[in-house]
Amino acid sequence: MNQSRRNALRAGGGASVLALLFAAGILRPGETLAADWNEAAFSVKTLPEVLRALGAQSPASSDAIQIKAPEIAENGAVVPIGVESRLPGTQSITLLIEKNPQPLTASFDIPAGTEPNVSTRVKMGQSSDVYALVKADGKFYMAKKEIKITLGGCGG
Amino acid sequence: MADPMRIRVAARDGMVNVRVLMSHEMETGQRKDGAGNLVPAHYIRNVTATHQGKTVLSAQWGPAVAKNPFLEFSFKGGQKGDKVVVTWEDNKGEKRSDEATIN
Repeated sequence: MNQSRRNALRAGGGASVLALLFAAGILRPGETLAADWNEAAFSVKTLPEVLRALGAQSPASSDAIQIKAPEIAENGAVVPIGVESRLPGTQSITLLIEKNPQPLTASFDIPAGTEPNVSTRVKMGQSSDVYALVKADGKFYMAKKEIKITLGGCGG
Repeated sequence: MADPMRIRVAARDGMVNVRVLMSHEMETGQRKDGAGNLVPAHYIRNVTATHQGKTVLSAQWGPAVAKNPFLEFSFKGGQKGDKVVVTWEDNKGEKRSDEATIN
């Protein structure tokens, strides 16, 4: 990597430089460095827009993906959610909460040797369908679970 | 500097189970304070876990991950005594790295 490109990267540091790199074919979407953060996908406000931003327009629904979460969560500020994929070749697990202001919540890259089974805790503003999007062998699959919230986790 | 993470890594049945509790506000940027002003967003965006220099999990998070985030996952190939390092970076560029030994 030469010094001027390094400086350009540092100076720009944002979406415009990334866009240029995508345009130039230096980086392709979905192949960014591990430290990157998918601003486009995290900022959009509807589920179809997130799927488009992730390059996963029409994922097949799959019962090999299990969403482990309560049916009813009393406190929307702390909702435990785990996702387990039994799809061979699982590369990533992404969690989407349809009715949150921004549906994209968390995305996990699963390297070879790591179990396709992750757990975390999320905030939910209201009852919503929660989707787990799994990329396996280059294809996208999805599963859904409704979680009811008695007390919202946003705005408080 | 943020408080240290609590990391527990346990070997069982050929797998290493990793549980992490981070100390972070995870402020969404949508909440208002007592005076009605928006509290600026402040949340962890990137999390990486490595074992012997190899990445065993990397994650991108949005502000909807709950305050003081919890993360659990498992990987193959770890031995007792090995170290697992977890690093996060938030939207303000703050970083924190902690390690734990597999037991």
